[in-house]
Amino acid sequence: MAMAVTEIEKLIKEGFPDAQVSIQDLAGDGDHYAATVVSEAFRGKTRVQQHQMVYDALKGQMGGALHALALKTSAPS
Amino acid sequence: MTQPHQDVQNWIGKQISGNEVVLFMKGTKAMPQCGFSMQVAQILNQLGVAFKDINVLEDMGVRDGIKAYSNWPTIPQLYVKGEFVGGCDIVREMFQAGELQELLTQKGIAHNAQTLTA
Repeated sequence: MAMAVTEIEKLIKEGFPDAQVSIQDLAGDGDHYAATVVSEAFRGKTRVQQHQMVYDALKGQMGGALHALALKTSAPS
Repeated sequence: MTQPHQDVQNWIGKQISGNEVVLFMKGTKAMPQCGFSMQVAQILNQLGVAFKDINVLEDMGVRDGIKAYSNWPTIPQLYVKGEFVGGCDIVREMFQAGELQELLTQKGIAHNAQTLTA
C-alpha cells in the first residue's frame, strides 16, 4: 500500500500539464510525502478547491494507497 | 455499529449545523490518535476555540461518510459554522498566515488573538 514518487508525479502532471511539481519522501518509507504543485489552473480557486483538484488528479489514491501527502498548491506568481 | 448511508449523512449534517466548530478527527481532542488530527486540535486549543470533536475511529460509517459528505479524502476535517474549512495542511497554512483567526472573527467565533509567535 504505497506509491512511488514517480507515480504520484505522473498522475499530477496528467491532471495539470503546466504544473511545476516537487515531491519529497518525508520519511523515506514510500508512504509519507509532501508535494508542492504550482499551476495556472489554481488561479482564483480556494485552497479547498485547489486541493480537491489535486485529489481528483490522483484518481482516488489519496486516502487509499497514498496515506499521507502534505499538499501545498498555488498559481504561478 | 454501522448505520445505513443516508442516516449517516443526515447525522453528519446535524453535527455540522448544530455545532459552531466541529472537528472530525482520529481519536479525541484529549487523546488524538493521528499526528495530523493532533496538529489541528492543537491549533484550535492554542486559539482557545471551543469545538466539538468527533472521533471517526468509533464508527466506520462516519469515517467513510464524512469523506463523501465533503468530497475530501482525508481526516481531519474542520467545519466552522457549517462550512468546510479544510484538512490539516490548509488549517495549518491558514493559521500561520493569520487567515484562520480572520475567518473565526468573521464568523463570530470566540478565540484569543494568538499568532504563530506564541
